[in-house]
Amino acid sequence: MMLDERFALLRHRLRGLWRRPRMDLPLLGALLLLMCVGLATQYSASDLDRGQVVAQGLRFLLGGALLVGLSRVPPLTLRNWTPWLYAASVLLLLVVAVLGEGRGAHRWLDLRVVRFQPSELLKLTMPMMVAWYLNGRPLPPSWSTLGVVGALIAVPAVLVAKQPDLGTALLIAASGAFGVFLAGLSWWRIGALVGAFVAAVPVAWHFLHDYQRNRVLTLLNPEADPLGNGWHIIQSKIAVGSGGLWGKGWHHGTQSRLEFLPEHTTDFIFSVFAEEWGLIGVLLLLALYVFIIGRCLWIAAEAKDTYARLLAGAISMSLFVYVMVNGGMITGMLPVVGVPLPLMSYGGTSAVSLLAGFGVLMSIHAHRKAIAG
Amino acid sequence: MPSAFRPLKEQRYEAALFRRRALAGMALIVVCLAALGVRFAYLQVERHEEFSARSEANRVLTRPLPPARGLIYDRNGVLLAENIAAFRLEVTPEQVRNLPDMLAALGKIVPISDDDIARFNALRKGKRSYQSVPLRMKLSEEEIARFSINRWAFPGVEVVPYLTRSYPHGAEFAHTVGYVGRIDSDDLAKLDKGDYAGTTHIGKTGIERYYEDRLHGTPGYEQVEVNADHRPLRVLDRVAPTPGENLYLSIDANLQKAAEAAFGGRAGAAVAIDPRNGEVLAMVSVPSFDPNPFVNGISSADYAALLAAPDKPLLNRLLRGHYAPGSTMKPFVGLAGLEYGLRKPQDTVLSTGEFFIPGQSRGYRDDKRGGHGRVDLAQAIAQSVNTYFYSVALDMGIDRFTAFMRTFGFGAPTGIDLVGEGSGVLPSRDWKRARFNQAWYPGETVIAGIGQGYWVVTPLQLASATATLANRGVPYTPRLLRAVQARLDSKPETVPPPPARPPAIHRPGDWQAVEQGMVEVVKSGTARGLDKDFPYVIAGKTGTAERYSRTDNTWTDIATSAIERHQVLFIAFAPAEAPRIAIAVALEAGRSGGRDAAPIARTMLDAWLPGDLAAQAREAQAGAAPAEAAR
Repeated sequence: MMLDERFALLRHRLRGLWRRPRMDLPLLGALLLLMCVGLATQYSASDLDRGQVVAQGLRFLLGGALLVGLSRVPPLTLRNWTPWLYAASVLLLLVVAVLGEGRGAHRWLDLRVVRFQPSELLKLTMPMMVAWYLNGRPLPPSWSTLGVVGALIAVPAVLVAKQPDLGTALLIAASGAFGVFLAGLSWWRIGALVGAFVAAVPVAWHFLHDYQRNRVLTLLNPEADPLGNGWHIIQSKIAVGSGGLWGKGWHHGTQSRLEFLPEHTTDFIFSVFAEEWGLIGVLLLLALYVFIIGRCLWIAAEAKDTYARLLAGAISMSLFVYVMVNGGMITGMLPVVGVPLPLMSYGGTSAVSLLAGFGVLMSIHAHRKAIAG
Repeated sequence: MPSAFRPLKEQRYEAALFRRRALAGMALIVVCLAALGVRFAYLQVERHEEFSARSEANRVLTRPLPPARGLIYDRNGVLLAENIAAFRLEVTPEQVRNLPDMLAALGKIVPISDDDIARFNALRKGKRSYQSVPLRMKLSEEEIARFSINRWAFPGVEVVPYLTRSYPHGAEFAHTVGYVGRIDSDDLAKLDKGDYAGTTHIGKTGIERYYEDRLHGTPGYEQVEVNADHRPLRVLDRVAPTPGENLYLSIDANLQKAAEAAFGGRAGAAVAIDPRNGEVLAMVSVPSFDPNPFVNGISSADYAALLAAPDKPLLNRLLRGHYAPGSTMKPFVGLAGLEYGLRKPQDTVLSTGEFFIPGQSRGYRDDKRGGHGRVDLAQAIAQSVNTYFYSVALDMGIDRFTAFMRTFGFGAPTGIDLVGEGSGVLPSRDWKRARFNQAWYPGETVIAGIGQGYWVVTPLQLASATATLANRGVPYTPRLLRAVQARLDSKPETVPPPPARPPAIHRPGDWQAVEQGMVEVVKSGTARGLDKDFPYVIAGKTGTAERYSRTDNTWTDIATSAIERHQVLFIAFAPAEAPRIAIAVALEAGRSGGRDAAPIARTMLDAWLPGDLAAQAREAQAGAAPAEAAR
């Protein structure tokens, strides 16, 4: 083949990609922007530690590769594999529960090469399973359908909560619940469930670990605990509040630089961002999240079948839980629960599993109705 | 196509339903995130002034003040673990221009090992450049002096005082008191960060670990005003830390010392327990190691040497050493025969030198060719006559055998207040099924009758069972913690022993028969001469277990065969009629229990009993005198 021909073929392919992209370009662009903001904030929060930025960048690359890979897997294939993937991830959870690598909390599985948390897998396999099951049932869901879905959600969620990892359990349960909501569960049934949930709160309180109760109690009176969680909340609020409308400027946040703000590269990265970029920055960031979630829901609405729709919808809406729980925590509205801010917090597992979720969305986008029909 | 009509319609219906729900969901999300935005606006605009001021004034740093760790004493107040003031070198990386050059220059004045530098670099990663990082622990006075002279050349390097744990008796209590070590990432995951703010060390083994909660104390904090460069200017507020509780162990340091000396370096273990309450009086595991280097991190070369040492000094033989109990089990087996009504104390068995299971040709031997003739229980114990116990065990059957031994604590951890206790092996049908997936054979019951076969005990189990036997079958869980001093100005308060478990012996006559046999062991039996010049009656039992089985069929005299071939044991309690101490001694190599293990027990009895009884007499007098005066 001549060189010209090769170029011609390449050009042809590129043009094809441009006309009918497998990726949703607005979503991809928004994600890239968010990751850049994340890395810049990391760089500042880690006190200009290049190593940390490179490490996080590598995780993004790994997650990006997973995104590209998953975007090539047709939703039909995913659907066929769903029950097995779900069963495997629940099985792994059980394995961790029995012989997990300690670290205080039993959530890591050591595979010699990589250590990973099976609970991260469920962030994807849970909405997949709920979508798969509802796909085969008449919608809107009846009470009996609801019962089965409830069990599918409750078993892994309880296992994860027992690890104990309340934040992840919450995310997993929410992703399943959103699937049911999007499937059209009638409003009065939702009302009944919410009512039952509120009634169950005192019971749940009874089963919480001491440290989890302390976090709730600390929220009510942070000043009582100057060395522990109360300190986190007070210092985070000072960081956010002192940022003001315009912020102190990049790498001028004294709260994190002077070590007043704990865990400022992971769970409290939002505080650093709010301190340095002010309300304007926060609103822009929230707008970026709203755009991403909205775009994901649009992709879901365009999807070919019920399975793809519910899966995409559940993944999109659980993003909101991340942002809401994390933002609520750092502003002192919600208790300190270990939920990262998507693609902003330092840490591998959540970045990779989030990007994998976006990969599934990209695949659903590529196989949407327009192409099918 | 009418058949395809319905699904198509449902698809459309579901898609429409989804779209409505997605819209509703989006609305919910926008409302919630808007609420979050409002919250941010409230904090960042409405309350900006206030938080801005607090941020400006946030030059007040809350610094934790770690509590002083509780001290550990023996029963008489001899210090076993203390905190000593020491000095360390700390480096503030920000103030050092060229770190490698500085370390090289500093190394010429104060020796700094590669391990030190590796640890320094590891610690540095988790800290900011303006925070100081320890480089060298425990400087000697000479080193401090040498550094002080050259201090001008090393900006950013400081000598900092701190408290470090020290074990004045070195190796002697390493397996009992244990040691503290630096908090590592595994510890961090388990700890309450607030409680351990500022604390660098945590109990890793032994009492230090088991009673970590009592020893640790509660941290205080001080609020320090700092300047923009994070340097402290003045202390604004201070809440003092509460030191940990001081612990008094039931161990007697003198007895411990005497026992350890009696081993003369031979590998083994010995435990002494007060049978009346389970208090452990001495716990010796030989050889041992010096715990002091572990406190601030032992060098990897030294640690490798300890690991590679052939007689395993790091192994806690007391809790995890495995010994075939051998003939020391005979009093227990004899007791089981009486308890189940299979024998009466005066019943005799004919020892011919070999015992046969009816219908089988394999012979089970006595250790004396031609046997001991007709013996009753007491004689069988005194002369260690295998045949008697073979027949009792065979009559009993393995299930009853196992059940009885379990009441003396065999086959399970004793529950002492230490971490990492092994359970040994008490052979049973279920155990063999689980371990080898094989049925139980009667021949195995026979050899279990003389403490051989699969049976494995830890020295602590053996001592605890002996204490239970001495206490006429009333079992107490062995315990090291005797008293706790909560505050410096308060008196040590005795910790009540855990309640006794249900008795293992039901007829007093049974006990007396066994005790009589064990007294005869020392008077005329396998440990005769042991009570020479000793004012109290000793009850004991020897054990000599083969470390590997006989390969040929020749008779060997136990006393002349190779020393390495036997594990030797001895159990004892005294005074026999009202026991105040129960002892188990295990040696990994020796000629026989009577010749090598029993003398160690005698040394321990000498070191404890006369003093203990004299103290009791004094107390009785002191108690009687005021009573008389009152009259």
